[in-house]
Amino acid sequence: MGKVFRFDNDVDTDQIIASQYLLFPSVEEMAPHTFESLDADFAANVRPGDYVVAAENFGCGSSREQAPSVLKALGVRAVLAKSFARIFYRNCINIGLPAIVCKDLYDHVQSGDEIELSMSEGTVTAGTQTYACTKLPAHLQGILDQGGLIASLNQD
Amino acid sequence: MGMTIAEKIVARAAGVAEAHANDIHTVELDYLMSNDGTTHLTIDMYNNLKHPRIADVSKLVWIVDHNVPCDSPKTAASQKKMRDFAKEHGITFYEGAGVCHQVMIENHVVPGQLIFGADSHTCAYGALGAFGTGVGCTDYLYGMVTGKSWVLVPETLRFNLSGQLGNGATARDLILTIIGQIGANGANYHAMEFAGPGMASLTMSDRIAICNLCVEAGAKTALMEVDQVTLDYLAAHGGREPAACFSSDPDAKFEKVYDIDLSTIVPVVAKPHFVDNIVPVSDCTGIKINEAFLGSCNNGRLEDLRLGASIIKGRKVAPTVRFLVVPASREVFLAALKEGILDTFMEAGAIVMNPNCSVCWGSCQGVIGEGETLISTGTRNFKGRAGHRDSFVYLGSAATVTASAVKGEICAPKDL
Repeated sequence: MGKVFRFDNDVDTDQIIASQYLLFPSVEEMAPHTFESLDADFAANVRPGDYVVAAENFGCGSSREQAPSVLKALGVRAVLAKSFARIFYRNCINIGLPAIVCKDLYDHVQSGDEIELSMSEGTVTAGTQTYACTKLPAHLQGILDQGGLIASLNQD
Repeated sequence: MGMTIAEKIVARAAGVAEAHANDIHTVELDYLMSNDGTTHLTIDMYNNLKHPRIADVSKLVWIVDHNVPCDSPKTAASQKKMRDFAKEHGITFYEGAGVCHQVMIENHVVPGQLIFGADSHTCAYGALGAFGTGVGCTDYLYGMVTGKSWVLVPETLRFNLSGQLGNGATARDLILTIIGQIGANGANYHAMEFAGPGMASLTMSDRIAICNLCVEAGAKTALMEVDQVTLDYLAAHGGREPAACFSSDPDAKFEKVYDIDLSTIVPVVAKPHFVDNIVPVSDCTGIKINEAFLGSCNNGRLEDLRLGASIIKGRKVAPTVRFLVVPASREVFLAALKEGILDTFMEAGAIVMNPNCSVCWGSCQGVIGEGETLISTGTRNFKGRAGHRDSFVYLGSAATVTASAVKGEICAPKDL
């Protein structure tokens, strides 16, 4: 089980990690500033295994891979949204952070609720309710399963 | 079955006869562009590979443009890492030459290519009939190591343009209007293709402005047909030859077709904090501003500066306003210098700066403080995009921005 951090429509990558932190030497140094403009306490409160839940078009805007990377560095287990902007979505899969389309979850959970994602079942459980997620296309699931795109480059 | 421009470019890059929307293809990339926003992280990942290697160094172009000149020791370290790596490996490298997309279009991109850029506005290359798309640094690294990547072929939204722009409207007003109409995710995963008789009246600068902003509707890429305007531009920029010139087939499948009469477009602004929050300029008249920005890969070309200069000549920047004028490239800067345009801005009290991304990305020059308002020709107006998280960014054309800088509040040139 992990705790929900809930965000609205059209959360852009500048909100996830603002420009002034992008040239910091490492993702670890950027991570404390995650979601700073929307929830200044996010980085302090999120725990490994927690979830980001959002409405439509999550991760729109800049191609900065730092956006999914800071979420992963903070231990976010998965991002569950009604829909994703395409570059953010592709970046998530590439770095091995599950980005899952779940149309019904957002409308039925609040920040602080406990939920559980089952990747293999393609479901999310919140309390007594279970919600279906859209399964990843096989090509993308393959990238995720091997631990991200770079893992394939390290095979002998 | 007919193909769209996007499908034809992917087919060419994949070395197959046909490609169709929603197919996944492995493609050979023509260029891989990266800038100082993420390259330091790409290098760290490269150095951690078991067998680090570069497939074809001639495909890589690295451009320092986001923080120029550098603003802090941390940024300096990240840029030095990029500079040193480029030198060590013989990567084509620019620094201070301008915003990455403008530099790519002036020097490298040709029609028919498939290009990955580690920057979302890579879709600008559609102005030259090339398929440019933004990627993160992991995708970039994979392409750098293998020379290849995978592409999900996008469905196409086709925009048939007719008539000519009037009413004081510019190409930027056109694309902002389209984004307002279809929404910030209206083209998510799609290619946006522009065609029709209205194209003939659009300059290369106009076309870049249109394609560049398509990612603000979520588009994967933007595309235009190659015509005489394209060929003249290529001839004037190093005499580059197209790799291939594509048009969509008459029986190509478009997910949706929009017909737009350019003469109906009016000057608009995008209000905070979303690019699709579009209203006519007249709805925002009177909103006080603290800063105005004329520049960026979207609207910092010679034509934009000429337009601004024609409005501000003989006038002064309002005493309450900082007006930043930032040509998009060294080529643009030099041309503006020779035409006396920069003199005009300086005499009016503007702050003319070196080519770079500037306040459009909100980390370097000219960031705005708490409660302040900026009107900008930049690409985005997200919350905090230009500085403090509690500040406000309005997006408008070069004409609207310059007129607003003079008046100290949002207005159109006719209101001066």
